[in-house]
Amino acid sequence: MSKVIKILGTGCPKCQSMTGVVKDVVSENHIDASIEKVEDIMEIMKFNVMTTPALVIDGAITIKGRVPSKDEVLELLK
Amino acid sequence: MFDWLQHFSDWLIYSVFKIGADTHLGTALNFFVYDTIKILILLFVIVFIMGIVNAYFPIERLKTYLNEKKLYGLEYFFSSIFGAITPFCSCSSVPLFIGFVQGGIPLGVTFAFLITSPLVNEVAVAMFLGMFGIKVTLIYAVSGILLGTIGGWLLGKFNLEPLLSDWVKRILEAKMDQDEYVVEKQTFYQRMPEITRGAWDIVKGVLLYVIIGIAIGGAMHGYVPENFFNTYLGGGEWWTVPLAVLVAVPMYANAAGIVPVIEVFVAKGMPLGTAIAFMMATVGLSIPEATLLKKVMSLKLIAIFFSVVTLFIIISGSLFKIVL
Repeated sequence: MSKVIKILGTGCPKCQSMTGVVKDVVSENHIDASIEKVEDIMEIMKFNVMTTPALVIDGAITIKGRVPSKDEVLELLK
Repeated sequence: MFDWLQHFSDWLIYSVFKIGADTHLGTALNFFVYDTIKILILLFVIVFIMGIVNAYFPIERLKTYLNEKKLYGLEYFFSSIFGAITPFCSCSSVPLFIGFVQGGIPLGVTFAFLITSPLVNEVAVAMFLGMFGIKVTLIYAVSGILLGTIGGWLLGKFNLEPLLSDWVKRILEAKMDQDEYVVEKQTFYQRMPEITRGAWDIVKGVLLYVIIGIAIGGAMHGYVPENFFNTYLGGGEWWTVPLAVLVAVPMYANAAGIVPVIEVFVAKGMPLGTAIAFMMATVGLSIPEATLLKKVMSLKLIAIFFSVVTLFIIISGSLFKIVL
């Protein structure tokens, strides 16, 4: 089943590096997933996060306020 | 503590590159190598320590704490301290602001956090420690936290809620259910590599600014005449602090780049109080920050917020000048 990944962040350097990590993990491991960047602050606030970047997988917040390692993202996507 | 580094710089410049200790270039390069490495080490250590603190006291925990406990006014102080220890990222200020307000934390307490967060940040602290020593760093950090506390308290006295953006007001009325704070299930040792990597990322991010700042500072040492400030900029006149602050508010400079330059100003006669006030106004308030806050506040509220903080920076700068 295809996973829906959302990256919440207003475009700060950390958010960009999170996007990079997630994209790498998805393509390197051939994971079936869609990646969407959510940059609109009003949309972000609907997820009730206080620190960006945040990683949302299938509607659940998994990581917030920090850039995860590739291994961690891979683990979350399994 | 940094003796070994001085030996290393001496060895590198005088022995390896064979640039004489009696030449201008030799001493300048020696300073440059020494200062740069020292500051990078301090920066790494401080960011690392803050990373550990943050792993234990994430911002959600503060929110829950402020919500549940009756603190009799101390909430402004706690909020301000948290602002100091949370790593600052200008892009996080809006989500934090809304998260706080939404969680039922009074606007004044939220402002206390919002004032201190950029003002006392890890990069500024490391730079101050490296260029001015521990005493000045403590004065800067403590006064920054107090400024956030008092500023937040004062802003809380005004009735500012009507001045929030409409959509923030709607969020407030809706009072969405709050998530219970979920502790991330990671042990300290699992977090270590990540904290280290985070600290390294921040050091890498400001590396260029540190090098440029120290290089410009080093070059200026030779060109700005002694007592420049006493001669041309009124040295210790009462209006120097307000002037320095008003110039610095719209400016947006990286703390890493600005501190080495300020250090030269101080060496050339700028009073320390003026320098600290200038620094606070540069990192604490800026046009980009105002642009971000525009999403959650009306212009009037931003103006009130900036005016109160500016006023407090001027007052504390003037106090320093008397005390120091």
